[in-house]
Amino acid sequence: MSLTTSSRKQGENQPDDGASPAKPPRIKIGKSSEDSDKKGAHRRVKDVEICVPIVYGTIAFYLGRKASESQSHKWTVYVRGATNEDLGVVIKRVVFQLHPSFNNPTRVLESPPFELSECGWGEFEIGISLFFHNDICDKQLDLFHHLKLYPEDESGPQTTKKPVVVESYNEIVYPDPSENFLARVQNHPAVIVPRMPAGFNLPYPVSIESVNEREKGDTKDHPLSQWFMNFSEADELLKLAAARQQVQAHIVKLRRQLSVMDGPPPLSKQPTGYDYT
Amino acid sequence: MDAKDILGLPKNSVTQEKKSRPQKDSQRKPDGISREVYALTGGLAPLIPAIEASQLKKRPPSDEKITWQWLPFTNSARKDNLHLYHWVRIVNGVPPTGDYSFAKYNKSVDIVKYTDEEYEKYLTDPMWTKEETDQLFELCQSFDLRFIVIADRFPSSRTVEELKDRYYSVARAMLIARAPSPGDISGHPLVKEPYNVSQETERKRALSMVLSQTKQQERKDAEVLAEAKRITESRMVARGAEESELPVPSNAGPESAERAAAIPADTVSPSSNVQQHPSAAVAPSTITVDNASILASLRMLRVYLRTYALDQMVQAASSSAGLRTIKRVEQTLQELGVNLKPRVPTKAVCAEHLELRREILTLLNLQKQLQYKEAEGSSYRDGSYADTPGTPKHLSHGGDQDRTFVPDMSFAGERMGKRDQKRKAPGRLSEAPLPAHKRPRKSKAADL
Repeated sequence: MSLTTSSRKQGENQPDDGASPAKPPRIKIGKSSEDSDKKGAHRRVKDVEICVPIVYGTIAFYLGRKASESQSHKWTVYVRGATNEDLGVVIKRVVFQLHPSFNNPTRVLESPPFELSECGWGEFEIGISLFFHNDICDKQLDLFHHLKLYPEDESGPQTTKKPVVVESYNEIVYPDPSENFLARVQNHPAVIVPRMPAGFNLPYPVSIESVNEREKGDTKDHPLSQWFMNFSEADELLKLAAARQQVQAHIVKLRRQLSVMDGPPPLSKQPTGYDYT
Repeated sequence: MDAKDILGLPKNSVTQEKKSRPQKDSQRKPDGISREVYALTGGLAPLIPAIEASQLKKRPPSDEKITWQWLPFTNSARKDNLHLYHWVRIVNGVPPTGDYSFAKYNKSVDIVKYTDEEYEKYLTDPMWTKEETDQLFELCQSFDLRFIVIADRFPSSRTVEELKDRYYSVARAMLIARAPSPGDISGHPLVKEPYNVSQETERKRALSMVLSQTKQQERKDAEVLAEAKRITESRMVARGAEESELPVPSNAGPESAERAAAIPADTVSPSSNVQQHPSAAVAPSTITVDNASILASLRMLRVYLRTYALDQMVQAASSSAGLRTIKRVEQTLQELGVNLKPRVPTKAVCAEHLELRREILTLLNLQKQLQYKEAEGSSYRDGSYADTPGTPKHLSHGGDQDRTFVPDMSFAGERMGKRDQKRKAPGRLSEAPLPAHKRPRKSKAADL
């Protein structure tokens, strides 16, 4: 594979300053660096891919006594960083497309945390469109998520205490990012950037226009964070490694059998008594 | 909804259906027919009513007096002046005028007619005598250019293509000879696209070959074609990627792979056994080619999801495999306890997953090879089972392989179960050789 190996910079390793997530330092852009800024927007860094792990999904609560025919559940759909870091560094806007029976089914979120809460009674597919900042790309990324309100086992009455949580893990990959983009997000905890070769120079990070209505963009202390699922690649890696080992062993065995079969035919014409194991 | 009530199931799973139901109920059924009858049609009215409902209730206008008379008639399509009788609807004492209503259906083809002089001048041919040509044209006239029938009735044996060729070249020559100027008829289809005998013969041969292919050959062809399509697609992508300063070697790869793929396509007809090897030989080279082009095409995107990338790579890896093989790979993954789509698709997990899939494909290929070797070995010994009717039976045991897969792993690769199933095949063909069949197998087990 031609893709370079990436070293992970986990958010947990960096000291948390407790308040807002680490924002890139605001640099005063003088005239001299304007040119490099423009070039940096177009120059792309080859053989580097920026990766942003995200989790998106829904959490739905049964309203119990407060439930009515048309509003039996209160649910929230969201897109969050997999480690609950602020996604505003890459995502400019998220558009949630709800069922047409909702008022204004196209809901636009211009700043993190990218989430939306509603009340309803029906399950349907929610369209989630991610729009990225101008220095990243013009293309949007579309996801789909089925809103689940009712738990798997239908035994017993519904509880208002435990919600129905469905989350999906995915990673947004930006191949060959622009220099500006790379410079801007290099040290951000929500973003995984591979180690740069020694002596690699990037332009000064250029901060982007961001309308931050809310102070915090991360979801670390989110009220629903207790329900967030954990996605650890370790389990999956272990299972995959074990499976691969099994398959490889079986392949070796078969190869041996095949070579045994291929070997004998000329020898089988020999008179009996020839041992060809 | 009602069904659930009847079955007594709880009605708690509310689906999207409910939201769209209010809309449907508002569409009323049309009047005139009962609700159940309407429901029989599927709840949808036909676009154009077959019979106008109003017409059914209409009575004939009262000012017309209708009577029926038994009258004679003639048919202009007949040449023998035959008089027949039939019932005729008379309106107010005035019988209908006009020819027999079915006479207009007597169409015939305009066959080219030539005089003897014209024949001498334009139409002589070393392969055809004048008598034969005249006979051909007579038959064409009487059978309306239905060449299959004409070929059947033709006194000397000529193929349909030969007859067609003769007729069309004569017609074309006559057309050109009689035309006042070449420009007048240059648009005529006979002149523009003359009948091509060799092409037609070839085409019909190819058609009959396709028709007579066994199911196994069909499957092989489909696989090879899918592979070739994959290669051309990756060539397109590689060519597109080439335009933006990406390495060129990926373009050279598809070329050689396509040539190799063309070879199995040509060997479609003859032997069925050989076909496995060309496609297997092509597969390894195309795997690397597809991978490189998938990566190239991914880099062309400014942004993509890891799961999308994985799907593309998985598709590329299974492009050389048929649908059945892909299902077997998925089955194997499930047996190994691995999710078909990783739950945490990180870069490392996706890479491992892809490698695992590739290894499973290799494993399945090896198993198939082993099966073939066994089939060859046993058919070589038994002699009578070497012909094709036997082979598909052996190959169909690919399905059996799945069931014995897990026990294989736990019983350290002993393929005991498979032997029992293989015995069924010879039993089906004939009873007698069965005992003889057992002995060679037993010696084989001892070999292992």
